[in-house]
Amino acid sequence: MSRALVRIFLASLLHRRLATALSLVAIALGVALGLTVQLIHAAALDEFGRGMRLLSGEADLQVVGPRGGFDDAVYFALAQREEVAAASPVLELDARLPDHEESLKVFGIDLFRVAAVSPNLMPVVDRSANEDERSSLVALREDAIFLSAAARARLGMNVGDKLAVQTGLREQQLTLRGGVPGAGMGQPIGMMDIAAAQKVFDRIGRLNRIDLRLKPGIDRDAARLALASSVPAGVSVLAPEAAESQATNLSRAYRVNLTMLAAIALLTGGFLVFSTQVLAVVRRRREFAFLRALGLSRRALFGGLLAEGAVLGLLGGLVGVVFAYVLTALAFRFVGGDLGAGYFAGVSPSLRFESLLSGVYLLLGGFAGLAGAWLPAREAASMLTARALRAGDEAQVFETRSRTGLAVAALALAAGLCLLPPLGGIPAFGYAAVLLILVGAVMLMPGAVRLGMRLFARGHSLTLRLAHARLAAMPGQTVVAGAGVVASVALAVSMAIMVSSFRDSVDDWLARVLPADLYVRASSSTASGYLDPEALRLVGALPGVARVQPVRFDTVRLADDRLATTLIARPMRGTAGLPLVSGTLEPALAAGQGDPVWISEAMADLQGLATGQQVDIPIAGRMYRFTVAGVWRDYARQHGALVMERDDYVRLSGDPLINDLAIELEPGVAVEPVMAALREAFGARAIELALPGEIRAISLRIFDRTFLVTYLMEAVAVLIGLFGIGTTFAALSASRRKEFGMLRHLGVMRGQVIRLVALEGALTAAVGLSVGMAAGGAIAWILVEVINRQSFHWSMDISVPLGALVVFGLALVALAGLTAALAGRQAMRQSAVLAVREDW
Amino acid sequence: MLELINVSKRFNSDASPLFSGVSMKLAAGECVAIMGESGVGKSTLLNAIAGLEPFDGGRLMLEGVDIGQLDDDAFARLRRQRYGFVFQAFHILPHLSLVANVALPLWLLDVEGGEADRRARDMLAQVGLGGRADDWPRNLSGGELQRVAIARALVHRPALVLADEPTGNLDPERAAGVLELLLACIRSAGAVGIVVTHSEAAAARTDRVLRLTPTGLVATPAHA
Repeated sequence: MSRALVRIFLASLLHRRLATALSLVAIALGVALGLTVQLIHAAALDEFGRGMRLLSGEADLQVVGPRGGFDDAVYFALAQREEVAAASPVLELDARLPDHEESLKVFGIDLFRVAAVSPNLMPVVDRSANEDERSSLVALREDAIFLSAAARARLGMNVGDKLAVQTGLREQQLTLRGGVPGAGMGQPIGMMDIAAAQKVFDRIGRLNRIDLRLKPGIDRDAARLALASSVPAGVSVLAPEAAESQATNLSRAYRVNLTMLAAIALLTGGFLVFSTQVLAVVRRRREFAFLRALGLSRRALFGGLLAEGAVLGLLGGLVGVVFAYVLTALAFRFVGGDLGAGYFAGVSPSLRFESLLSGVYLLLGGFAGLAGAWLPAREAASMLTARALRAGDEAQVFETRSRTGLAVAALALAAGLCLLPPLGGIPAFGYAAVLLILVGAVMLMPGAVRLGMRLFARGHSLTLRLAHARLAAMPGQTVVAGAGVVASVALAVSMAIMVSSFRDSVDDWLARVLPADLYVRASSSTASGYLDPEALRLVGALPGVARVQPVRFDTVRLADDRLATTLIARPMRGTAGLPLVSGTLEPALAAGQGDPVWISEAMADLQGLATGQQVDIPIAGRMYRFTVAGVWRDYARQHGALVMERDDYVRLSGDPLINDLAIELEPGVAVEPVMAALREAFGARAIELALPGEIRAISLRIFDRTFLVTYLMEAVAVLIGLFGIGTTFAALSASRRKEFGMLRHLGVMRGQVIRLVALEGALTAAVGLSVGMAAGGAIAWILVEVINRQSFHWSMDISVPLGALVVFGLALVALAGLTAALAGRQAMRQSAVLAVREDW
Repeated sequence: MLELINVSKRFNSDASPLFSGVSMKLAAGECVAIMGESGVGKSTLLNAIAGLEPFDGGRLMLEGVDIGQLDDDAFARLRRQRYGFVFQAFHILPHLSLVANVALPLWLLDVEGGEADRRARDMLAQVGLGGRADDWPRNLSGGELQRVAIARALVHRPALVLADEPTGNLDPERAAGVLELLLACIRSAGAVGIVVTHSEAAAARTDRVLRLTPTGLVATPAHA
């Protein structure tokens, strides 16, 4: 068998080089895309996790609070607890650097405590540059900062250089005094003495993390519970690995989403293997019958054909794996480790060989090839040898049985799966529904062809009649040629609708959340710049300014197992600018219901809240009861956000600071003079000004960049589908030479035969396109209403890019007709006289 | 009806001709058999008459018109109207029903759908397959398929029917029946029939037997 296997089966792959190459490319692309996504994320997650572990050191427990921090009395209380062996207080913040675009993560640490819990964070004074100073005390200086190697490289600094940092609107100079050797190469961070950091960044008496090491023999979970009961509201006691998994879970949905896209590309590759194998089986039918007559067993025939598919798949998988490493290296070099989604900004991962992942994807390639070859192999093994030896029997392969019942069952099951909740935050049933729709759509093809041929008038011309007759009698041909088209069109159409819906919704959302004429801030909301009530008064008094709305951002921790939720405090009554999906901006709350909050869709999903329900929110160490007045759409914060009246927030927290000012101008006032006045008032270096149009443009540019990967995948999928039609019709035309020869004898002209093949190609593509578009529409609905909703917790309004889809459809049908015509032209090169003689 | 005057054919310009000096004149309703050694050019001659193979010298007249100089498309149009073919391997399209296979030449001539269908069914009835007009080729035996091919060759009332080894794929018993049917149909249609064959028995049923040699057609003694 082994000799027969190589000579008869595997050698056949070499005979049909084009079809083999295309199937191989399709599988390789699917494998490469999937593995690249995994490799990039594995490296980024690894580096991210390493960073988290580095920062938590040998801590058994971490006490974490809101971004604004908590009172350092918590530290003193915990340090004295009998379970605690060592406690290290940390003030972690993003320092705004007026001379640089990006902010710098700075840790304020207690130099005398950190070694006991997080020795990696220990700064080391560069003695050579500080010979004249008493080096051991340099680290305690107020202006001393220590930078990791990555931070030094990014900022281009040497020991002794000055670094400007901004607190509020005030700028201060720090001096680089040494490094953080334990931070490794990938983490761009800075270290300061905690007292110095508190002073420089105006956080006297505030901490936002405490790392704890427990005494030997203390049960960690019991200690965690005991300590958690003694910390103020909004402060959590967590195991360090929980904090890490919270952070990495955030990117999981995005990762799964891209992996599923790659899986559809791999599925398209599988369909292409199916198409090429069916055609090969048709063409080699009499060869197989002859071999069967010579004594080749059914099992050997089946096995041989499966081996062809498996070899094709494994080769494609191998090429794909190699390609994936090239793509990953390129991505690290040009895009960074976050695939454009911003989850791991600042992390610099490095490429490593992942043997298990690579092995899995190699096998997936082999599996796609095997799955594609399965049905054709079964068909070939079950043929009646005597009958197959006769000419004309090939046609039987294309007389596919109708599987409409099965298709309807698959679609109904898909509809049912859409109603199920996510599994561990992953919309597993949604993805299963997408797969079922694709499979159902391909199974619908024979029925769709029959229906299409009934609707499509037979017409009077010979080519129309012949094309009509062939497609109606042999729907299997359309299934074979069109399966790849269905899958790729469904992918392209669903992504086009989803991206268009997303983009339009984001655009609309941006317009609604940015209603002012001008925005001013001292830094991004997470960094150390801020404005104060005096700045608010000053801006409000500027000529031409009609109204100023202050916005404050902080975070709150609503549960130990979740990432902090963003808190946004801003004037609500009498304003617009919150895109509500339910509830009202002007709630009439009775006494005892507490103040109103408006929660984002993500928070509503994650906390299981709805309009009218009550929720307890920790503010400044105390728990307060609020009533949910509305749910709003938020595309910016996947882990949830809540909005409250700024007056309520200031009253409860005592925090009068401001991150952003939204400025509305008086009618007819130009924005430029107001911007100039603001720069003069605060100093051009200290503030950032933004026009809503600019923010929208930048946001949409980032959006488009994020979806660039998606657009590329779509283009590749459609190209593969089109190649599928091309190779199918090339193979079909070659096997129909006798038919064409006979037609030429009857007086059919060369051009008419080419037109016939072109028409069949276009009709096949049209049916594939129709089914693919319908499937794509259904998949788009699932992507929007189920997968996005469950993955990212945001809703969007479906928007169909009709014009683009019509152009795409017409272009696809025309291209399919053209590729088929080229295939027909090739087949017509042989003389009609020889064609009718040809026996094999 | 059909006249060949000194037709010759060579494959390479410098090679000696495959055949030359081929002349014959056939009247309406007449059927001739062309026999000869393998490789002498019987099928080539038939294809030359059909305009599918160019010839190098001589003239080809159909119904008094010189058709030897027609271009590819013009000959294709002429074949549609005036020619019928019967092949050794039948060449019935598997994706068309029997009636559609037979109607194919009528479709080519833009005969209206209902009329084409009626004429194809009549023709199938003439070849003894009237009850199976809507059946599919896969359900037919070789002999039956060749009957369908005969119906297809004659449905558009051609002036000339060319048959290349029409019984070559059939057993002797069936072959006799099919040939009988073919000749009867050609005669009753008043067409000219040319049958290329190796079979003496088949040839004996035609009106004349001509043997192709490199220097021309020779009438065999039996029919001379």
